[in-house]
Amino acid sequence: MSQPKRALRLGMIATAVAAVLVTAACGGTTRGSGEDAPAAGRATGQADPDAPLVEGLDVAFLPKQVNNPYFTVSDNGGKSAVEEFKGSYKEVGPSEASASSQVSYINTLSQQGTDVIVTSANDPNAICGALTSARQAGAKVVTFDSDTKPECRDVFVNQATGEGIAKIQVDLISEQIGGEGKIAILSATPNATNQNAWIELMRAELAKPEHSGIELVTVAYGNDEDQKSFQETQGLLRSYPDLKGIVSPTTVGVAAAARYLSTSEYKGKVALTGLGTPNQMREFVKDGTVRSFALWKPADLGYLAAYAGAALASGRITGAEGEKFEAGRLGEYTVGPDGVVVLGPPTVFDRGNIDEFRF
Amino acid sequence: MAPETEGPGTEGPGTTDPRTEGPGTGRRDVLRSVVARWDVLLLVVLAAVSVAAGVLVDGFASGRNSQFLLLDVVAVALIALPLTLVVITGEIDLSVAGTLGLCSAVMGHLWVAGLPLEVVVVLTVLLGAVLGAVNAVFVTGFGLPSLAVTIGTLAAYRGLAFVVLGDQAVADFPAGWTGAASSTVAGGVVPWAVVVTLLLAVVFGVVLHATPFGRSLYAMGDNAEAATFAGLRVARAKSWLFVVSGAVSGLAGVYWTLRFASARADNAAGLELAVVAAVLLGGVSIFGGRGTLLGVLAGVLLLGVVRNALQLADVAADTLDVVTGGLLIASVVVPNAVGLGRARWRRRRRRTA
Repeated sequence: MSQPKRALRLGMIATAVAAVLVTAACGGTTRGSGEDAPAAGRATGQADPDAPLVEGLDVAFLPKQVNNPYFTVSDNGGKSAVEEFKGSYKEVGPSEASASSQVSYINTLSQQGTDVIVTSANDPNAICGALTSARQAGAKVVTFDSDTKPECRDVFVNQATGEGIAKIQVDLISEQIGGEGKIAILSATPNATNQNAWIELMRAELAKPEHSGIELVTVAYGNDEDQKSFQETQGLLRSYPDLKGIVSPTTVGVAAAARYLSTSEYKGKVALTGLGTPNQMREFVKDGTVRSFALWKPADLGYLAAYAGAALASGRITGAEGEKFEAGRLGEYTVGPDGVVVLGPPTVFDRGNIDEFRF
Repeated sequence: MAPETEGPGTEGPGTTDPRTEGPGTGRRDVLRSVVARWDVLLLVVLAAVSVAAGVLVDGFASGRNSQFLLLDVVAVALIALPLTLVVITGEIDLSVAGTLGLCSAVMGHLWVAGLPLEVVVVLTVLLGAVLGAVNAVFVTGFGLPSLAVTIGTLAAYRGLAFVVLGDQAVADFPAGWTGAASSTVAGGVVPWAVVVTLLLAVVFGVVLHATPFGRSLYAMGDNAEAATFAGLRVARAKSWLFVVSGAVSGLAGVYWTLRFASARADNAAGLELAVVAAVLLGGVSIFGGRGTLLGVLAGVLLLGVVRNALQLADVAADTLDVVTGGLLIASVVVPNAVGLGRARWRRRRRRTA
């Protein structure tokens, strides 16, 4: 290679680098300063319940992943809330539900000067750093469905308390078997944190005198796999021929168990309830395999999260315990300990209302 | 933007690319070298895209965004360094993301077990090297195709990661360490992680472009048999490259774990394709024997810039993937088209002369 050639090449490369550097250096602020940034409640640490709801808030929903039916429904609930308080809504997010992929989206949102970030965390810690720097830049952060560490967000909107989830399932199965007989639980994996917590709470609920006629004979694990859950259901009925009911607090398990029951001699004789989605359970409710099951309404969850974000950005609440705010058609909510707002008891789905829901 | 191009490779292995040879003077020479050298062309494209994004996309050129962008490309850039050498020898290592995930899981496990973090980090990188050595044994020891081997170990390592950590995450790393993963030089724009990556890039660049060993890698990629007859220790060289690829993937696992303050079995799932895409976009031939480290760094940055700018412009995730795919296809089509064009032009000139 000849010398002049090399020099030329180096020169060109240097020019290219210089151009890149100049671009990076001549950066200004994120957006025109003073552009519809709500000043209310930003600087003060005090909640003012009478503060007006700020209009024109930029609200961004960042689900665990986009194109996931559950989050599409919940985010659309958020969208309708944002339209009600005259903000601008958008949904962004990764196409795969991974812990780290949400970070660059949070960084982008904070760069864009978003007022409210509503997110469901794929990992309670991985997005903490990004959320903290977004909050330092002035964003309010609401988590829903899956929380981060409490110090990384302002408010967590919880779909239901563990107690609420346990109680509704025990009440449903008790009602379906007439308060008497043996039941089994079909769970996900043996080490699933949520599942185990709910099962413990269900045991506590079953220990109450009003459920003294019900005996929990075993907990089976379908590992949240359709086939294994199906086989475990089969196994349960072989091992306990006098089983009266099954509770499956996982959407995969309850759907697989329903599929087995619907094709077996036990259809309509052995009761089944749990946590399921209307789309999965529709046919089994209609063919009489399942009388009723429970879940929260994802649309209401997103709706409430959006209103919580608006209340934060308007300075009506700060996320401290005991503060109250209005959430449109859902009415008034109170912030609990650790900045948690609970949506309420799960919704019961049955033949009468299941066709109103598409998720 | 970091001064990526202070790195090596600016001179390239002139002897390995016959297209850069041939007489020529003056302006035509400049043009020709831009067209003939993919890495230089890529730098020009990178500069143009960056300027365009700075003008068109609100907030792209801010210091804060540059910092985010750089932090996002570190892991891919790190893993791309050894992978460049691997691909130049005509092999491939797809197990890198599996290695990263397993190293992250083990790192979390060791930290919970109570080892000091300095020790944990060293052990994690060593584990990466061991995992790379496993690839080397299969590929050079048993003479199996690296594509098949590393697809297998990609899945196996990821599976092992879940055996180690299940669906748990380990997150209680000391704040000093996790902060360091995203801290910047003198509180400015350039993250320390990028400085480390650049230093490593210099090392890899010097090895590839300025040592007999590096030059021998091109020969192996061109024709392994001829290289063996010429007395090059092909198996040994490739083995070392797989080991280094594993070790650097382990290091990337340490960075990933600390940056996101979360050791997880599913960390960096799917990253192998992002790295391979950057390497190929950077002008490294999938058949071996051609490519420069500078081109690969430009490829990594170009993909990072495009993704970052489009995300700021509120382009949906699915569209981002389409654009990335389009870039990759263009990187294969364009040089071939240019090459054809040049060959025709040469023939014509010869006829008229």
